[in-house]
Amino acid sequence: MLELIDTYWLYFLVGQYPDGPLGGLVLTILLSGAALVLAMPLGLMLGIARVSRRRAISLPVGAFVQLVRAVPLLLVLFWVYFFLPAVTGVKTSQATTMLIVLVVFDSVYLAEIVAAGIRALPKGQLESARSLGLGYGQALRHVVLPQTLRHGLPSIVNQLVSTIKATSLGYIIGLSEVSFIATQINTLVFTRAVEVYLILALTYFVLCFGLSRLAFLLERRLQRRPAGAH
Amino acid sequence: MIVLDNVNKYYGDYHALVGITERVENNEVLVVCGPSGSGKSTLIRTLNRLEDIDGGQIAIAGQDIHAKGVDVNALRAGIGFVFQQFNLFPHLTALENCMLAPVQLKRASKVEAREQAMLLLDQVGLAHKADAYPDALSGGQQQRVAIARALAMRPSIMLFDEPTSALDPEMVGEVLQVMRTLAKQGMTMVCVTHEMGFARDVADRIWFMAEGKILEKGTPGDFFANPQHPRAIQFLADRNRN
Repeated sequence: MLELIDTYWLYFLVGQYPDGPLGGLVLTILLSGAALVLAMPLGLMLGIARVSRRRAISLPVGAFVQLVRAVPLLLVLFWVYFFLPAVTGVKTSQATTMLIVLVVFDSVYLAEIVAAGIRALPKGQLESARSLGLGYGQALRHVVLPQTLRHGLPSIVNQLVSTIKATSLGYIIGLSEVSFIATQINTLVFTRAVEVYLILALTYFVLCFGLSRLAFLLERRLQRRPAGAH
Repeated sequence: MIVLDNVNKYYGDYHALVGITERVENNEVLVVCGPSGSGKSTLIRTLNRLEDIDGGQIAIAGQDIHAKGVDVNALRAGIGFVFQQFNLFPHLTALENCMLAPVQLKRASKVEAREQAMLLLDQVGLAHKADAYPDALSGGQQQRVAIARALAMRPSIMLFDEPTSALDPEMVGEVLQVMRTLAKQGMTMVCVTHEMGFARDVADRIWFMAEGKILEKGTPGDFFANPQHPRAIQFLADRNRN
């Protein structure tokens, strides 16, 4: 196994880069990170819209959220990759396709986390903020969201973990992320599938478990400062 | 001055406020009492539009506050509201709780707001807790911070919605003390409360409410010595028994 790692570690890490497009583990991490960073503001907006008292806003957003949540990510990936270029005439790269799909999914799931957090906050918080003369937006920004996001931190990290694992679906459209690279390596060495996929599994595990632990530590640290109404 | 003119409020079929016509003078301390479900909390919440009304008119300083186009934020900024459940912002310190609205609404610079907040916390006897988070404060202390937070907007009217009802008995006194001081300073106050001692000593007038109506109103002297309405007599008798 060591010999396998010794030979292919660079390929595993960055794909064909710099001779070809960036791939491998680095692409997986970059895609997941970028997806979450881009989805965060979108998710916030959708989440706030979801709990809006104006039905013209909350209903369509709610429908969109339910729709995306009820469709497999893989299917949307197919649509965006095969169907969208046929409509728009613009062919998007595998990485861009994956990023779009991940951002859509992440923002929808983040929206649910945000919306649930806002709903769970005692009504008195918004009410007392408004009673001081703060507008709805100001009350959200300074009173509701800071508490919601702090409570929601574990769920947000969860979402990042899901995203990392979801990038492996890019394999289907030939995206050279880490699972795809592992398959390539498996084809090259041919006889050592168990080891190759064990290393792949371990890589995902270290990444995702590490993140969860990090979130746990962060959460404990935040708890030393009171996080919200109990 | 608050003028209520035939104010009506419904929750579905339930008639929560029934044709209330009354007025509160400037610098007056008014206590609203009555059995639970009598509409007194609903009434006080209509005064800063935490609740809408379904009929009639409420005018504060001559302005019809439930009219369309009224800037509800500007209205509320001038009226302090103290909740039964304190509702401090748990992610902010006592000091930051008192600074948030003045700074965000650009009533004061951060430095001025901090100075003013310290002054107010000192007034409610909690300057030493300025950097404490609400979780670290007792109920009585939280409510005193909540009063300071409301005062930070320099309101001309203070509304208290059962400010001591969620407190352990030994903490009621400290909150009432702050309210007494406020009353002495000439603040216009409407207090929904069950504290009859406070009503007797501090109130200029008392309204007794039941079933969404003001059944009796008068000075504390008259109300306690000589209640007229059977419901008021019953209410006071129940209070005395406890």
